[in-house]
Amino acid sequence: MLQPRSIHSSLSLKDKLSSIDYILVFSIFILGLISIMAMYSTDGGEFKYHTNSHILRFFIFFGMFLIISFVQIRFWHSTSFLMYILFFLLLLGVKYFGLTSSGSKRWLDLYFMNLQPSELMKIGLILFLAKYYHRISIENINQIRFLFLPIVVLIAPVILVATQPDLGTALLIAAGGLTVAWLAGVKVKFFVFSGLSFLALLPIAISFLKPYQKSRILTFLNPERDPLGAGYQIIQSKIAIGSGGLFGKGFLQGSQSYLDYLPEKHTDFIFTLFSEEFGFFGSLLILFLYAIIVWRIVKIGNITRSNFGKLYCYSFATAFFIYVVVNMMMVLGLLPIVGSPLPIMSYGGSSMMAIMLGLGIAMSCKIYKDTPVN
Amino acid sequence: MLSPGSGNTVIKSKLINRRMFLLTAAKAVVMVGLVGRLISLQINQATKYKSLSDKNRFREWKLAPERGAIKDFFDTKIASTEPLYQLHLVPENAKDLDNLFVRLKAILKITDRKVSYLKRVIKKQKPWEPVIVSENLNWSEFSRINLFLHELEGVEPIVSVARTYPDNSSAHILGYVSQISAKDLQTKEYLKELAVPGMAIGKTGLERKLDEQIIGKVGYQRYEVNAFGKRIREIKIDEGQAGKSFKTTLDYEIQKYTNELLKDKAAAVCVMDVYNGDIVSLVSSPTFEPNEFVHGLDKAYWNSLIKDEKKPLGNKALSGLYPPGSTIKTLVALSALENKIIRPLDTFTCKGKIELYGEKFHCWEKDGHGIVNLRKGIQRSCDVYFYEVARKLGVDKLSETAKRFGLGKKVLSDFIEERSGVVPNTKWKKKFIGQNWYLGETLHSGIGQGYFQSTPLQLCLMTAQIANGGFEIKPRIIVDEKNDNLRNYLKHKNENPNEPLPTDLLISNFNLKPLFKNQEHINLIKDAMFSSSNEPGGTSYRHRLENPKYTFAGKTGSSQIKRFTEAQREAEVKQESLPYKDRDHALFVAFAPYKNPQYAISVLVEHGGSGGKTAAPIAKKVIKKVLERHELRRSANNKIGESV
Repeated sequence: MLQPRSIHSSLSLKDKLSSIDYILVFSIFILGLISIMAMYSTDGGEFKYHTNSHILRFFIFFGMFLIISFVQIRFWHSTSFLMYILFFLLLLGVKYFGLTSSGSKRWLDLYFMNLQPSELMKIGLILFLAKYYHRISIENINQIRFLFLPIVVLIAPVILVATQPDLGTALLIAAGGLTVAWLAGVKVKFFVFSGLSFLALLPIAISFLKPYQKSRILTFLNPERDPLGAGYQIIQSKIAIGSGGLFGKGFLQGSQSYLDYLPEKHTDFIFTLFSEEFGFFGSLLILFLYAIIVWRIVKIGNITRSNFGKLYCYSFATAFFIYVVVNMMMVLGLLPIVGSPLPIMSYGGSSMMAIMLGLGIAMSCKIYKDTPVN
Repeated sequence: MLSPGSGNTVIKSKLINRRMFLLTAAKAVVMVGLVGRLISLQINQATKYKSLSDKNRFREWKLAPERGAIKDFFDTKIASTEPLYQLHLVPENAKDLDNLFVRLKAILKITDRKVSYLKRVIKKQKPWEPVIVSENLNWSEFSRINLFLHELEGVEPIVSVARTYPDNSSAHILGYVSQISAKDLQTKEYLKELAVPGMAIGKTGLERKLDEQIIGKVGYQRYEVNAFGKRIREIKIDEGQAGKSFKTTLDYEIQKYTNELLKDKAAAVCVMDVYNGDIVSLVSSPTFEPNEFVHGLDKAYWNSLIKDEKKPLGNKALSGLYPPGSTIKTLVALSALENKIIRPLDTFTCKGKIELYGEKFHCWEKDGHGIVNLRKGIQRSCDVYFYEVARKLGVDKLSETAKRFGLGKKVLSDFIEERSGVVPNTKWKKKFIGQNWYLGETLHSGIGQGYFQSTPLQLCLMTAQIANGGFEIKPRIIVDEKNDNLRNYLKHKNENPNEPLPTDLLISNFNLKPLFKNQEHINLIKDAMFSSSNEPGGTSYRHRLENPKYTFAGKTGSSQIKRFTEAQREAEVKQESLPYKDRDHALFVAFAPYKNPQYAISVLVEHGGSGGKTAAPIAKKVIKKVLERHELRRSANNKIGESV
């Protein structure tokens, strides 16, 4: 791609390498290794399907993350709208050609992998809105006519995902989009206003919920309501984490997961498994690594000169934080089980791909921090 | 280099940074919240969750302990726990269940009904839970299964243990074991901790009496199980403790012999050592097959047991109540002597009946016995003599003596089926019947009819206590320690004819309790019993044993079922011609050898007619057998002290 050359874009490879945020790369890598360990444990201490494919995915997407880091931020800026449209088309594709599994239609069969476009949309929406708010001037941000487009681009994918049905991912996509809008300066009253209208529409929304979704919400409010049914997951997860104690039961010794008491241990409950085996200190380590990742991304946002980079990094960091927190609160019994993976740790190619894409763009902001985007 | 609106851009950057600062603060708060939650779960409540996790993880299976053995006096096991061959099937290991059942049917005798039942069970259970295809295989079936095992995937031959009895000769006194019922769990305190599903517990007899000690201590098998309840691995095993074994006073050889003698009769025999109360034999007939009860009873067999008019399930020796009939005359005479109502040579004239209080009282001998004294009265069992004695004695004095000699109360302890019988007197009648005593009833009591009710074991005890010279003995069936006080006392007396101590002091020195006022009275009764069995005219003279080694002294009796009508009496209707249910119960009590008594026996034959005809011949054979084994028994007795 030919770009008008400027002093800032003629960085030497040495400059580029030296401006990589090694703390961030290192934290991601460590977290990746930990996730491989955890996956190995879910396979009962053997290199079986889940472990092997997780290792493969981690290294492929970690490499992708590094490559993306060196792609000019200008490229990501200029293709933001396109990417959003691409991801949106994929979502539409799911609606018509998607694979159905356990009652929901979330995946596209790409032959070499099953892609979950809703995961990519988490990044796509942030990119789109970051570019949108980068381009409009500060006076226009709170003008009603400039609010229409953001609302449309936010609501459309959220509805598509929610009706897959995948309430958890839909809410997480929305959270990312709202973060961009708020950071860009959209007044609080608009959020209050849309919040109220959301509440007003809630009864209608609830009537669209599937019975199992209603049950999950009720169960969250009182897990012992149905200890062998929907409450089972929360109870068993709390037992697993609590029984880990200070130091945990030891690697490969998590009886709750080993004996299949733990549901979805590869995906949503991977933190539970780790926490059972490595205890309070292990859990703190994970929290610490996530905190570092979030902190480094925020720091990149802080030193990036372009508002696009700022908006993107801050929003992505916040969204990333929300993904982590929502997953942890879920397995700790503080939120209903909505089905949201833990970034990097959880098994799942699409989630890994989306997170690495997001991290790569953030790193690109770091390398090209002084490059204006337009 | 400044682009248009760069000032705008800077303001925007500041706005973004300001808002990001707020978000970061919010994130910090959330992080603190998460850490707080982790502290609460993993530190504050760790103990609670650890125990919950263990509760998830471990499941315990109780192991039925091995039941203790019951042995006879010579240490032969009469109830033991023996290996049992079973066939289990684990459905998840079987490739093709239908095919497997076809193969099994070819090898074992399995009915189609059983197969369809098993298939239903398999559907209900988890696939790794075994079903029992066959509870009790014999050795040849078991070896055949093992031979074809490679073709029978999913089938597991299991060696288990179960209660086994060598035969049915002691079924009543041993009782039987069977599966725990819901009622057992409610009523028996000791089972609360013990109950293992499928465990057999004692339901009657010794098995029930000894259950708490003989059952043993339950073992545990602790398994790690997964969320679906499948056993993953064994964590700990506690084998439990086998139950205590018990040695009884019974002689298995005599049990077998007696059981064979009584075959097809509704009858009971008790044999007791007259000096220490050891119950040598206690048999009730017809018997039942105790092994059948261990693995759930066959319905047809159960029905045949409860429909049998000879009532095989009841222990007639312990729980059958019969009027003692003429066997009580020994005690009537003794009571009269002790209370100085009569002297031995006082006579009455028997004319076949007497009329008193406007009622006719018949002697069994229609033509009468003529002039009768005490000895002849017992020898011939003259009813008129005892009407006269009883009339003079009164029922209350008689009842006092009868109770002293063990009638009217339970002989053994802790046998749920044992009954205490009735020794009537004026107070008893007032209390339980609510009427005054009639003098005529005293006469009926004098010949052991009317309200009198006793068990064969009570009559045996009564006879034993006469035979040993009138000392109280405490019958026992479980051997705990040597109990030779009475024998030692007699030995001491024989060896020291000039013992300076007065007899009553000597008796109490030997820790004995006399039941008499004057021992001479006891000897008179024994002598009269001798004449009844060994002198012409005696009621059991025909069935005497002439060898002095075996000579016994006895007393016949028959307990009336229906009183004879005058017409029947005139026609001299024989017992044999009556319908079975209307015939008298035949009784016989005896002790032997006469010169040096060792054992007392009581024989009951339900609806056997007269005691002299049907009960005495049985007693004769059993007495001979018991005495033949006497030396063996004494030497076994001498070893008790060594092993205990």
